Amino acid sequence: MAEALAFYTLSVLILGLAVAVITTPNTVHSVVFLVLNFLCVAVLYVFLQAEFLAVIQVLVYAGGIVVLYLFVVMLVNLGRSPEEHQDPRRLGLIGLGLSGAVLLELAGIIAYSYTREQSPPVTAAQASPVQGNIEELGWLLYTDYLIPFEVASVLLLVAMVGAIVLARRES
Amino acid sequence: MATEASPIFDTDELVINMGPQHPSTHGVLRIVLKLDGERVIDADVVIGYIHRGIEKLSENRDWTQIILLTDRMDYVAAATNNLGYCETVEKLMEIEVPRRARYIRTVLAELQRIASHCLWLGTHAMDIGAMTVFLYAFRERELILDLFEDYCGARLTYNSMRIGGLPLDIPTGWDNKVRAFCDLMESKIPEYEELLTNNRIWLERTRGVGVISGEDAVGLGLCGPPLRGSGVYRDVRKDEPYAAYDEFEFDVPLGTNGDTYDRYLIRLEEFKQSIRIIRQGLDGMPEGPVMGKVPRLIKPKAGETYHAIESPKGELGYFIVSDGRATNPYRFRVRPPSFCNLQGLRPLIVGHLVADVVTLIGTIDVVLGEVDR
Amino acid sequence: MIETIVIPLLKIAVLLNAVLVSVTFMTLLERKVIAWAQSRLGPMRVGPYGVLQAIADPIKLILKEDITPVKADRMMFTLAPIISLVPALVVFAVVPFGGDELFYITDINVGLLFIISVTSIGVYGIILAGWASNSKYPLLASLRASAQLISYEIAVTMTLVSVILTAGTLSMVGIVQAQQDSGLWYGFVQPVAFVLVLIGGLAETNRAPFDMPEAEQELTGGFHTEYSGMRFALFFLAEYANMIVISAVVTVLFWGGWLRPFPSIDALAFLDLIPSWIWFFGKMFVFLYLFIWIRATLPRYRYDQLMRLGWKVLIPIAIGNIVVTGIAKVVL
Repeated sequence: MAEALAFYTLSVLILGLAVAVITTPNTVHSVVFLVLNFLCVAVLYVFLQAEFLAVIQVLVYAGGIVVLYLFVVMLVNLGRSPEEHQDPRRLGLIGLGLSGAVLLELAGIIAYSYTREQSPPVTAAQASPVQGNIEELGWLLYTDYLIPFEVASVLLLVAMVGAIVLARRES
Repeated sequence: MATEASPIFDTDELVINMGPQHPSTHGVLRIVLKLDGERVIDADVVIGYIHRGIEKLSENRDWTQIILLTDRMDYVAAATNNLGYCETVEKLMEIEVPRRARYIRTVLAELQRIASHCLWLGTHAMDIGAMTVFLYAFRERELILDLFEDYCGARLTYNSMRIGGLPLDIPTGWDNKVRAFCDLMESKIPEYEELLTNNRIWLERTRGVGVISGEDAVGLGLCGPPLRGSGVYRDVRKDEPYAAYDEFEFDVPLGTNGDTYDRYLIRLEEFKQSIRIIRQGLDGMPEGPVMGKVPRLIKPKAGETYHAIESPKGELGYFIVSDGRATNPYRFRVRPPSFCNLQGLRPLIVGHLVADVVTLIGTIDVVLGEVDR
Repeated sequence: MIETIVIPLLKIAVLLNAVLVSVTFMTLLERKVIAWAQSRLGPMRVGPYGVLQAIADPIKLILKEDITPVKADRMMFTLAPIISLVPALVVFAVVPFGGDELFYITDINVGLLFIISVTSIGVYGIILAGWASNSKYPLLASLRASAQLISYEIAVTMTLVSVILTAGTLSMVGIVQAQQDSGLWYGFVQPVAFVLVLIGGLAETNRAPFDMPEAEQELTGGFHTEYSGMRFALFFLAEYANMIVISAVVTVLFWGGWLRPFPSIDALAFLDLIPSWIWFFGKMFVFLYLFIWIRATLPRYRYDQLMRLGWKVLIPIAIGNIVVTGIAKVVL
């Protein structure tokens, strides 16, 4: 009961903050709402007993990435008005397409979860020889998901090198 | 530059106004900094906020009244200002100053040099973040002020000299107090050095910061420690000896790299040399009067003269014209070392970071009272 | 009911008060210690030897006029000091001040990560304060501060990984127990990590010689230039609370938390007569003293030198330390 109450309150908060992020005219305010949103999501993770994920969510997203967003928003002049695009409806069309795709995806997930057999949740956890949240995650990352993990790291490395090359000034 | 940048990443120059009310501009110096990120790309040094018209005022005062005004130029080294002025008038009037007076003057001037350098060391270290050095240096400066108070009753603006000599002989036992101070000061210099000289952070903050070559230093008209820091040998005490400096032995420290660290080392060495001079002055102090033969009404005959001394900040010169009729100078002009050294500030700070600006203001050691007069 | 709600709430209330009061007395301690280092007396007027100065200062700050600049962003301007203080207080939830369960609010299995991640939120206070003030000096200072915080956070977190590897747990209580089992404080096992965390801690709390964000000689006060009264006091509280946090973390990770020296040597068992929390506070005090001592001694780094130290010295050493620890862990 209490848990459900907390969950729905949180969900309302998360959705409300998400709406605030895109409706606030001031970009800095919008970024701050985004941080609050991330923090609420972290609390949601705690309810799911994924403390490690919650902490990482705060550390990486709220404490790291969004700070950089804030840097960009504060330093880069975003005063350009949206009218600079020739076709004002172009953005609307893209938005429609994207939201349609997201809706389709959501529907797909729901349909898939209904058709699937009601199997006991998280088989991998039972297969793993370690106990506990963090150990489990580590085990999975370095066994089943080793290739995606490494690919992601290489991708980040490439992005980093690219950023340095872009930021480098000809002197 | 800004116009060439792409519109998204516009690297606007940030114009920042530093001073005149800023904790580290050592008074009312104002610098308009043009920044690219944290780097200074241009600087505009604005002075004049403490201009009191001392030179013009002096042209309407008696010759003796001017001594008082000179106190208020470099107010952290009032005695050397007095000395420079009195000697200039003596030169103009061809007055012979008794040897004892010249000795006492030298001792006072060197004490003043130590006091001024203490203030410089303290504030300079404070600008770079070493707050303890500030209080250590002021602790010793306080003792010098006490000595001056014993001698002439004032602690900051001394009015301590007269044309033709000194108003007072030194009080009984004063020389022993000065000797005791010299011993104490000598034991305190290692304390400063321990905190700074080999400190990694201090080295990183001062080495290679504000480098100026000897040629440029001469070209900019720098004087005093900033000039000697670039390896140029110029010390009025040696080149054109005044007071009793020709009778004393001392070394003139020279720098090699012309950076902030060299200027720091030079001033620390000058502490030691000053103590050496003071000791010689006290040991060899001749007996005799402290006031020469001076006419009751001071009225130099028509003529002009320039006389310079080595103040703690550099070459302090007075140019005085007398028309021979009035009891006030016809023209009174000061060549203040701080003003000339401040010339070097802009070339020094351009290309450095904001944090270095305060270091560099500190290293050239200006007193705004003297810059603006 | 009493077990799950009343006792934790009581503990939280006691802890919050203790932290805030100790912060006020930290300011007094700092002024006194620096004064002694500089051969002067420090505050002497309020109460015997100036002891009540710690009370007088907050009262003064509360009574001062609370100014919001006209051009400031009101919401963010108000929010910023709160954002910087709250994380500094929240992390105390997982700090074990003693061996008994009475001395910590909770022990979660990701305690150390919790501390790292919550403190990383504090940087928003600084950025937003600088931005919301709508003034150049605070903006410049807040950019410096946030860049500094993020850089050193990476260095510290990297370093902590090697400690986690050694202890095999992220729980703060678990780390102390691991030191008890191994019979050695990790300060001796991981001396490099200890030094790195100490340096990083100085930088993360904006203390000298890394006090760039408030370098008053350069930026006339830093990111909180436009703040006055109690809002300024919140920043102040946050800084000192962060100092206490760092001292506590270093104590737990490297100095055996509440353990007595050489916990494995039975001959020293008589030291156990001293309660565990006294050991903890004693060790913490040593570090707080060290912080103040350093401030009285060292000049300040320049911004670019600070960054160079963080990225080119601390982070490589931290990574090397992880590798060495990993190899040692596998071999031994």
